[in-house]
Amino acid sequence: MSDPRAQARPDPTRPAIGQPLARVEDERFLTGAARFVDDWVLPDLLHAVVVRSPHASGRLRSLETSQARAMPGVVAVYAWADIAACARTIPVRLAPLPGFDRFLQAPLAQDCVRYVGEPVAMVVATSRALAEDAAERVEVDIDPGPVVASLADALAARASVHEAGTDNVASRYTVSRGDPASAFAAAAYRRRETFRCHRQTALPLETRGLVARHDPVAGRLQVWGASKVTFFNRRWLAAALDMPESSVELIELDVGGSFGVRGELYPEDFLVPFAARQLGRPVKWIEDRREHLIATNHSREIECELEIACTAQGEVLGLRGRVLGDLGAYVRTNGGVVPAKAAQFLPGPYRIPNCEFEVVALLTHRTPVGTYRGPGRYEANFFRERLLDLAARDLGIDPVELRRRNLIGPDEMPFDCGVLCPYEPATQYDTGDYPMALERALDAVGGGRALPAPGRDERGRLTAFGVACFVESSGAGPAENARLRVLPDGRIEVGTGCSTMGQGHETVLAQIASDAMGLPVDRFVVHHGSTTLVEHGYGTYHSRAVVVGGSAVDLAARKLVARCAALLAQRSGLEPSMVDCREGRFMHRTGGAVLGTFAQLGAEAAAGDAEAIAATQVEDRFEVRKRTYTYGTHVAEVAVDPETAEVEVLRHLAVEDIGRAVNPLLVHGQAIGAAVQGLSAAFLDELVYDAAGQLLTGTLADYRVATADGFPRVEAITLEEHRSPHNPLGVKGAGEGGIVATAAAVANAVATALAPLGVTLTELPLSPERLARALRAARASPPPPA
Amino acid sequence: MSLPAARPIRLRVNGETVEGQVEPRLTLADFLREHLRLTGTHLGCEHGVCGACTVLVDGRSVRGCLMLALQADGAEVVTIEGIAARCPVRGEAVARGEATLSILQESFRDHHALQCGFCTPGMVATAHALLAENPAPSAEEVRLGISGNLCRCTGYVPIVEAILDAAQRLREGA
Repeated sequence: MSDPRAQARPDPTRPAIGQPLARVEDERFLTGAARFVDDWVLPDLLHAVVVRSPHASGRLRSLETSQARAMPGVVAVYAWADIAACARTIPVRLAPLPGFDRFLQAPLAQDCVRYVGEPVAMVVATSRALAEDAAERVEVDIDPGPVVASLADALAARASVHEAGTDNVASRYTVSRGDPASAFAAAAYRRRETFRCHRQTALPLETRGLVARHDPVAGRLQVWGASKVTFFNRRWLAAALDMPESSVELIELDVGGSFGVRGELYPEDFLVPFAARQLGRPVKWIEDRREHLIATNHSREIECELEIACTAQGEVLGLRGRVLGDLGAYVRTNGGVVPAKAAQFLPGPYRIPNCEFEVVALLTHRTPVGTYRGPGRYEANFFRERLLDLAARDLGIDPVELRRRNLIGPDEMPFDCGVLCPYEPATQYDTGDYPMALERALDAVGGGRALPAPGRDERGRLTAFGVACFVESSGAGPAENARLRVLPDGRIEVGTGCSTMGQGHETVLAQIASDAMGLPVDRFVVHHGSTTLVEHGYGTYHSRAVVVGGSAVDLAARKLVARCAALLAQRSGLEPSMVDCREGRFMHRTGGAVLGTFAQLGAEAAAGDAEAIAATQVEDRFEVRKRTYTYGTHVAEVAVDPETAEVEVLRHLAVEDIGRAVNPLLVHGQAIGAAVQGLSAAFLDELVYDAAGQLLTGTLADYRVATADGFPRVEAITLEEHRSPHNPLGVKGAGEGGIVATAAAVANAVATALAPLGVTLTELPLSPERLARALRAARASPPPPA
Repeated sequence: MSLPAARPIRLRVNGETVEGQVEPRLTLADFLREHLRLTGTHLGCEHGVCGACTVLVDGRSVRGCLMLALQADGAEVVTIEGIAARCPVRGEAVARGEATLSILQESFRDHHALQCGFCTPGMVATAHALLAENPAPSAEEVRLGISGNLCRCTGYVPIVEAILDAAQRLREGA
């Protein structure tokens, strides 16, 4: 299938929404003119390097900084004592489960270190090279302690990550719906398995970085390099530095990817602004890649014991189990999101009336955990879809047919999910035809009613298809603001509280505003990523920028048109309803003379006319009442070499209904990019720790991610069948559906290929090493004859 | 500890002669970024794996983080900032005075072959060198040719299409 080509210019005869427009952002990236945080240079700039713990666990006996302070170019070395007066612990922004406040991290270690990479000091010097030289002279004396290096260690509680003698459970809860005990007791078929998903990180290609400048005369702090949740971070930083919020500006430059990990509040987000204020000079910190792999959030490590109950005909009656989630050494900004969402999304797109899940959030002596694109969903879909395939096999039902019998149908919408997440109210899937997406995926791979049968290719490899269905939430609240202003030349400035990490929001928000105002797309200038652009902003996460940010732009744009029309109507003695706006010109509904234009009102506003200012400068806010839910099906086709355990993904197809695609080109890019990211993680990306809590995959040569030759045959089909009723645009998120079912589908394909050899596959990643081990184990103990 | 003294270098960057005094440990990438302020060359790993810092040195693609500035003494270096001026552009674009992008760069835009844009300069430099060497590559050759450049956003599929399409347009003299 050929991918869509960009349309260079909008077609003015059609709505802008729906056109695959080339991005306005692209030229600056293609010519080297973009400005990422390390490109940002200020006069008198200093450079910071963070000194990190080389041990996973231990007591900090002493920190000797005098040698470092004497090194050339060194301006300051900060340790805990230097920041203690104002340092606060890193806050829990999301999913604040009971008990978490006992496990928060200070920006620099105080008495103990709890993971390799924990900041213990920061050196500031006149160049990065000199700061690195000096950082090597900081003597960190640690009395190493016992290490909790895995989930198994955490559960066994032979050592404690925090207070001695305590178990390593940060929080624990159970959620349920229906009557699982009765359903399981009465079920004709039950099966219980333990599944594991491995530790990964999102690995944006640009590492984190910050530049901070404090102006003591103006009492103003500016921080460049912000992303994701700039307003939340500003609020915390202002409080920590005892400054008015309005005196702190967080500014986003071009951002080289996030996928969830960038822009959370990290220790450096305090340390760098703190140093800039202390020293009265701007300070830059750029994370290096080795540092990134130990300092930026990890994610995904979950062990899940899951049991299914079915009728003999394959009707799923119940699902219950236990989710063990690794939070790392401290509870950080994302709180318990990862294990909580893994549990919540275990039932997925199926009606499964009876569920019960225990969630145990555990601490280990490893890098703290946060969200990574499709947090919890990627894992949950793998656990559930793998178990469905095992159940289908046991019951002698085709795996597609088993799913077909249990997928929620369009006549069951909105579907009540109950309360499967303890810190959120009851949820409902909004709209959709889940079986339809399954059929669309089957049609696309030529499967008819079932997947094509497994076989062998000409090289003797085992080939098979795998399927996985999913539902994915998007458009998280609480709200978003947008501010529009008419410029004197008639162009419209759009400010949003959303941030952007490469998705193309400058183009997409202009398309939304274009339709709302009836003006060409190129009349809009979109600004994002400063805490000064709107009164309140929330940021970009949970596939919300178009759903929530776009809806705010739509509301503000319509309000702007209405206000301008009302002003011109009033001046002409007309009822506002009698004035129409056509391509930037206001006129009487029945035609006739032009009463005014945006350009004219913009010029009046620029000249100071109070009425024109009120009409042409508008801020509005979209409040999220309910989330939107996309859904779809992934199908993977693989060939597995039974000798080498090497897997080739012959094809991966992601089908997702997002309701309405504002820019199909960008939506397709999100889907394909996410799918390859997910496949990469299913086979390659794995953060490996040894028993001492040392990260063994500390370079990009060791922590491998997909390259261009890895997964060339990835396709995506975007459906626009069922819009969301929960926002004025009818849109749903488009950033995460491409990744969330990749591991599930491809693992089912690999498992189906290897099933004749007696392999039961329950763990990620599907690396040759792990598959070879599974093959050896299967050969050593052949299954009993059927 | 005292550092070895800075030494003079002289090279051509994007067609201009450049002179500098560089510490022996300074990489070519840092020289371009910090001394010349050519910040289109990005650093993604500083250990030679990600390819974001790829530039053209005497026509070949080179990782700017693995070459010292001293080693580039006397070389002809082209960075993303200078690529459009040194590579074929569309005739009509020149006529309209819009020749800011080479055909390859345009093709990246047309195929949505970039999202965050951080890998893009290195990817474009690698692709330019690839097409200079092999003007009619197969899809497989393109995939292998750019397999030393990491992209975390696009999944590479549109990048491969952009390069194949650009190759065809260049062969047709578009």
